[in-house]
Amino acid sequence: MIVHFEPASEEGIASVVRSAAAERVTLAIVGGGTRSGLGNPVRADRTLSSRRLSGIVTYNPAEMTMSALAGTPLAEVEAALAANGQMLSFEPMDHRPIFGTTGEPTIGGVFAANVSGPRRTVAGAARDNLLGVRFVNGRGELVKAGGRVMKNVTGLDLVKLMAGSYGTLGILTEVTFKVLPVPPTAATVVVSALNDAEAAAVMAEAMAQPVEVSGAAHLPESVRGRFIDGALPDGAATVLRVEGFAASVEMRVEKLVAALSRFGQRSQLDAGQTKTLWAEIRNVRPYADGTARPLWRVSVAPSAGHQIVAALRLQTGVDAFYDWQGGLVWLRMEAESEAELVRRYVRALGGGHATLVRAGGEARAGTPAFEPQPPAVAQLSERVRASFDPARIFNPGRLAAVD
Amino acid sequence: MPETIGFLKPRQAVLDRRPEIVADLADLLPEGCLISDERGLKPFETDAFLAYRRLPLAVVLPETTEQVSAVLKYCSRYGIPVVPRGAGTSLSGGAIPQEDAIVIGLSKMSRILDVDFFNRTATVQAGVTNLNISEAVSADGFFYAPDPSSQLACTIGGNIGMNSGGAHCLKYGVTTNNLLGVKLVLFDGTVIELGGKALDAAGYDLLGLVCGSEGQLGIVTEATVRLIAKPEGARPVLFGFASSEAAGTCVADIIGSGIIPVAIEFMDRPAIEICEAFAHAGYPLDVEALLIVEVEGAEAEMDATLQSIIEIARRHGVMTIKESQSALEAALIWKGRKSAFGATGRVADYICMDGTVPLSQLSYVLRRTGEIVAGYGLRVANVFHAGDGNMHPLILYNINDPEDAARAEAAGNDILKLCVDAGGCLTGEHGVGIEKRDLMRHQFNKADLDQQMAARAAFDPQWLLNPSKVFPLEGRPAA
Repeated sequence: MIVHFEPASEEGIASVVRSAAAERVTLAIVGGGTRSGLGNPVRADRTLSSRRLSGIVTYNPAEMTMSALAGTPLAEVEAALAANGQMLSFEPMDHRPIFGTTGEPTIGGVFAANVSGPRRTVAGAARDNLLGVRFVNGRGELVKAGGRVMKNVTGLDLVKLMAGSYGTLGILTEVTFKVLPVPPTAATVVVSALNDAEAAAVMAEAMAQPVEVSGAAHLPESVRGRFIDGALPDGAATVLRVEGFAASVEMRVEKLVAALSRFGQRSQLDAGQTKTLWAEIRNVRPYADGTARPLWRVSVAPSAGHQIVAALRLQTGVDAFYDWQGGLVWLRMEAESEAELVRRYVRALGGGHATLVRAGGEARAGTPAFEPQPPAVAQLSERVRASFDPARIFNPGRLAAVD
Repeated sequence: MPETIGFLKPRQAVLDRRPEIVADLADLLPEGCLISDERGLKPFETDAFLAYRRLPLAVVLPETTEQVSAVLKYCSRYGIPVVPRGAGTSLSGGAIPQEDAIVIGLSKMSRILDVDFFNRTATVQAGVTNLNISEAVSADGFFYAPDPSSQLACTIGGNIGMNSGGAHCLKYGVTTNNLLGVKLVLFDGTVIELGGKALDAAGYDLLGLVCGSEGQLGIVTEATVRLIAKPEGARPVLFGFASSEAAGTCVADIIGSGIIPVAIEFMDRPAIEICEAFAHAGYPLDVEALLIVEVEGAEAEMDATLQSIIEIARRHGVMTIKESQSALEAALIWKGRKSAFGATGRVADYICMDGTVPLSQLSYVLRRTGEIVAGYGLRVANVFHAGDGNMHPLILYNINDPEDAARAEAAGNDILKLCVDAGGCLTGEHGVGIEKRDLMRHQFNKADLDQQMAARAAFDPQWLLNPSKVFPLEGRPAA
């Protein structure tokens, strides 16, 4: 039985960490546990949860910022924002459907894993929206970084570093982030029956138009039926989202449709369908299939995504769809994880990184979940980590590259 | 004026070896890339924070990443401090050298290496100016979003060093939000690449840490930045108010209503007068406060957004509303704003503060700023990015009067403390440099600063990269 700590205060967290550091005992850092499948399996002596550090600390809608304790359920944050017509503009993905996990994601977990959705292309990632943090480092010291203002260059930006560090540098106790107004309405332009390469060109063309496309995804025929209850027109669907005031959306959709007149059959989705569709894209619905079939998240230049998929198809069984103008590829393997193959093509076609998000027991244990880094970067990362957690007590094993 | 900000004591061992060091550097670099005579060094003795000057030991102007690496490797081996420099436009003294330091200037590395419209990225050498990037892609309908007022001169390397902002970051974010990758030379000469053309990278966000690190973690020689499709049109509109408070609460209400203009700039009466006299932009001279609100999009979209903003402004008793009627008028409006610092320099010496405060505190901080400066018997002009709470009080003084200068510096410190105490920070976009270094303890406690310094030391354990900057000189962790 692993000892589990769930302190209700920052000081309580710091005290657990100080004891662990003194005794050289390792700690698995957990929030809601809905994303615990991300990264490599952690082997730790005890678990330390931020879940009881819960509640919104300050929220002033006119300043477009919110501070919340790390263990605050994401649902509570989103409900408070929605009540004021605001939102997390980076659309954090819900990992429960693909992992089959239950429970409540926490706001701390969202930032610890830098979880970002389709609007990443225009609104930034979670890390871009994180303004300030409080955390306990591996020495058991309470540290604050950043603040609650939009522009802040005072000192080193430890805020960015904490985002996406998967609890290996410290345990977040409080986060302050930017929020934005919910666009009054939205629509989606669908271009049908393009192949992956044509779709990449259409998405690039759309993003080059002055119409502020806030989502650009390509859903090949193999996955198309899994979205909005099969309501997308026949053939692969290249989908482009436009958001804003009603008159603006109408005008920009018209312009976008005109600009894409030489490509495929075009149709439109209304605001309701748009909302559902992009939530499903965000949550990777086609691969929320109740299986443990290997699932990759590949992040590359938009022009490279479809090339990597085409190269892989010649060698193995894969299914894929694309977000972020084609630069974010969700790749489900039919059988083996094929890590060597996937990563070889990522390197060969311009670079980027491939994360093994989900896999069965053996594949998960045998494959580094995160892209291995060049030695000089890995060594530097290790020195950075040591500056936060010299005794290496946080989440051992999570980031294989620096463990 | 008497110097109140200290520098690290020059290392005698380095000063004693000067002739040898200069000879060694000459061997490492092609001809024309080394400056060591006093007259040649003079232009590098300060930056746009003019009150402090130090002649460096030598200046090198490398042409390649390999040369930067060779010089850093040499300096690391012999324990010589290094101060990186872009165009020298820092307002916080970030590029001011010291007597025992080698300045590495990136001005010769000014090529645009790759423009990729499909992926909407540009890869450029660090010495390319901010404006060069937008100019290179403008004809194809794109731009690079961060636009510091010095964009004609400042380099992308310097922008990354300071995580620079500008007037339009309310909508598009600052440098860190528009930077995808860098080539970075570490102090031991190792060259690493962070990020690339993808929207995220594996591992720790070292790119995010490097951006805004004021040249203390390494020297950026190349950068990949995001390009954005230019809006169809943009229109700045002037709103004049009878008081700063009315303008301040109007800003909060615009943002609170769900409208996010591309820019909301604020000027008080002294700033309006100074800028108008310089730029003849048509600013109203009978108001106490002026907002420049810029909206963008198609004509009909701009009309609709402006209508909503005008309604809000009327609720705050706006006195004058003036829309730009042509591209020329729009350009003049921005010229007046962007030349505010230069125009102020024509009427008086000034120091420029850069604190950011939460929007709800704008009016209070403005009023207190006026009281603080008046308390020192000085004058202040306020011109700043109101939409994101980034204040720029310009404290006017006489640089040749030591007492006046000391009062200006003291007033500045009081204002920055005020910003921190109001829930804000010391610097929104200009950086800490030497200017705000000793105020860092007001914003951060020991644990906060120790953690930042430990992370910094992970990159440069010898503390030789831009060493007199950012962190208080005492209490730094030993190598």
